[in-house]
Amino acid sequence: MEAFTTHTGRAVPLRRSNVDTDQIIPAHWLKKVTRDGFEDGLFEAWRKDENFVLNRPECEGASVLVAGPDFGTGSSREHAVWALQNYGFKAVVSSRFADIFRGNSLKNGLLTVVLEQKVVDALWELTEADPTVEVTVDLQARQVRAEGITADFELDENARWRLLNGLDDISLTLQNEADIAAYEAARPAFKPRTIAA
Amino acid sequence: MGRTLAEKVWDDHVVRRAEGEPDLLFIDLHLLHEVTSPQAFDGLRQAGRPVRRLDLTIATEDHNTPTLDIDKPIADPVSRAQLETLRKNCADFGVRLHPLGDVEQGVVHVVGPQLGLTQPGTTVVCGDSHTSTHGAFGALAFGIGTSQVEHVLATQTLPLARPKTMAITVEGELPDEVTAKDLILAIIARIGTGGGQGYILEYRGSAIEKLSMEARMTICNMSIEAGARAGMIAPDATTFDYLKGRDHAPEGEDWDAAVAYWKTLRSDDDAVFDAEVVIDATELAPFVTWGTNPGQGAPLSANVPDPASYEDASERHAAEKALEYMGLTAGQPLRDINVDTVFVGSCTNGRIEDLRNAASILDGRKVANGVRMLVVPGSVRVALQAVSEGLDKVFTEAGAEWRHAGCSMCLGMNPDQLAPGERSASTSNRNFEGRQGKGGRTHLVSPQVAAATAVLGHLASPADLSDARTPAGVR
Repeated sequence: MEAFTTHTGRAVPLRRSNVDTDQIIPAHWLKKVTRDGFEDGLFEAWRKDENFVLNRPECEGASVLVAGPDFGTGSSREHAVWALQNYGFKAVVSSRFADIFRGNSLKNGLLTVVLEQKVVDALWELTEADPTVEVTVDLQARQVRAEGITADFELDENARWRLLNGLDDISLTLQNEADIAAYEAARPAFKPRTIAA
Repeated sequence: MGRTLAEKVWDDHVVRRAEGEPDLLFIDLHLLHEVTSPQAFDGLRQAGRPVRRLDLTIATEDHNTPTLDIDKPIADPVSRAQLETLRKNCADFGVRLHPLGDVEQGVVHVVGPQLGLTQPGTTVVCGDSHTSTHGAFGALAFGIGTSQVEHVLATQTLPLARPKTMAITVEGELPDEVTAKDLILAIIARIGTGGGQGYILEYRGSAIEKLSMEARMTICNMSIEAGARAGMIAPDATTFDYLKGRDHAPEGEDWDAAVAYWKTLRSDDDAVFDAEVVIDATELAPFVTWGTNPGQGAPLSANVPDPASYEDASERHAAEKALEYMGLTAGQPLRDINVDTVFVGSCTNGRIEDLRNAASILDGRKVANGVRMLVVPGSVRVALQAVSEGLDKVFTEAGAEWRHAGCSMCLGMNPDQLAPGERSASTSNRNFEGRQGKGGRTHLVSPQVAAATAVLGHLASPADLSDARTPAGVR
């Protein structure tokens, strides 16, 4: 995983709530067997509308998405995270994220930042008034900063440490091999098996 | 202090607990399908890692599979390549696979329970959000992303922070015509698509205890639609009876030991939930969705709501957008909404009881002119059972299409899709924009409402069917 320390970039105001992962990346894109090449599928249906915010010339090259509440609901598809990253987003800000999407984002180094809706509103107003304004998402200081806005955010220390160092979860877990083996040895015999061991 | 069901199952799976770290949980059963696994197997290959526990891993093909002409090569080359990738990965790593054409193939969440692999007190994961289905057995079951799929393949564990617990207590008797699907749609409308966020839900109360295993699966299946991490129901005699004798259920002394353990899997009387919602079952009615998320639902007898009636600005805006997308007008009676397509199937409502319920309404009746009805059994086993009961004939004689098993129109990854602007009554779980096909409009319903809607051509419940008919003898 790529490490995330701090990022500064222009922001896209997405004034929608309940943006489900079918909107972020429609199912027909899920037939691909790679982690890349999903950028054209990002918000595919909405991008057919020339007025959709991502189609505005001033949003080109923006890297922070500021979305309404309940972002990433629905399907567990990690492709939603890959599509956002493939498109160029480094961070997503919302007042509430769906659990699975949030977990997926943090495993891939896409920082999902929870801020109060009033801060999200302020970021929307700011970026709509001046699309060139830059927003900084600082994981070291756990803070989002933009002109006239300074907002602290929370992220549990373990997740933050893994992101800051770009650590691979599987390698970390395998350091506990002895614990896993001990647990396995003590499992009851009645537990189901898919094939004879 | 006592513990909740979720806390008991969680505690029994902690491999390692350390200050400042998420718990490392052991995973008893890992289900795989073609869509969310290819990148995970690639990760294993790159790191030179094997699958740690092949005996706790099983794969099937469901999302991409066609429901017609399954003996012919799959027409869509991209779908075909994805299925071939799963077959190669399973062969290379030694994973048990039930591919298209196999008698145990089907929607992954139908296959696990019917094989008896889903058992009380187990942890079950799958790269699919509807893994919550398996919670109906008192399992702790949740959907994971592809990075976590790779993690479980490599380590048979997952580092996880323990969610909070919420009791959904449903007391009283469900009225006639009110099904598990109506109940869960009503629960989601009540707590909202984010209401369960950060929680494991436990459904309990006299109305839940009376439900069959399959109805319990319908309830737990849609926990994710309320934003919850998982949904659970305490195992009881209904659960044990369902499991007894299934392929992978314990036998002999193992069965006795298992049942003794399973009987401990109940929330203690003094357990404290972080939140509780109480529902009066007697007040419920057939329920349908009108909007573009599963929380936007109402009793069938209601009208399409007026967005102006929402105090919350973001809900109001969401309702406006939903009505625009759905082509509906505020105040329009839900019963006046005509549909083009009716879909019966999915991991929510694709099991044998669902097919029996739909068939009992269609028996001796006809699907309305101009309405297309697809019946897609959840698995090959469900299909075979339905055929043995003559249900396939009831469907085809009514004018419905009887298809092969798979996810089908629930998400339209195969050719079963809505055309732009087409409207469906669907027994599936998501009414998101474009979910069933680009521009398609979805109303989520129970199998009974789906069948009555197919007959009348507009959203309807069986009570709306006053016509005479001559049933051919289906219950």
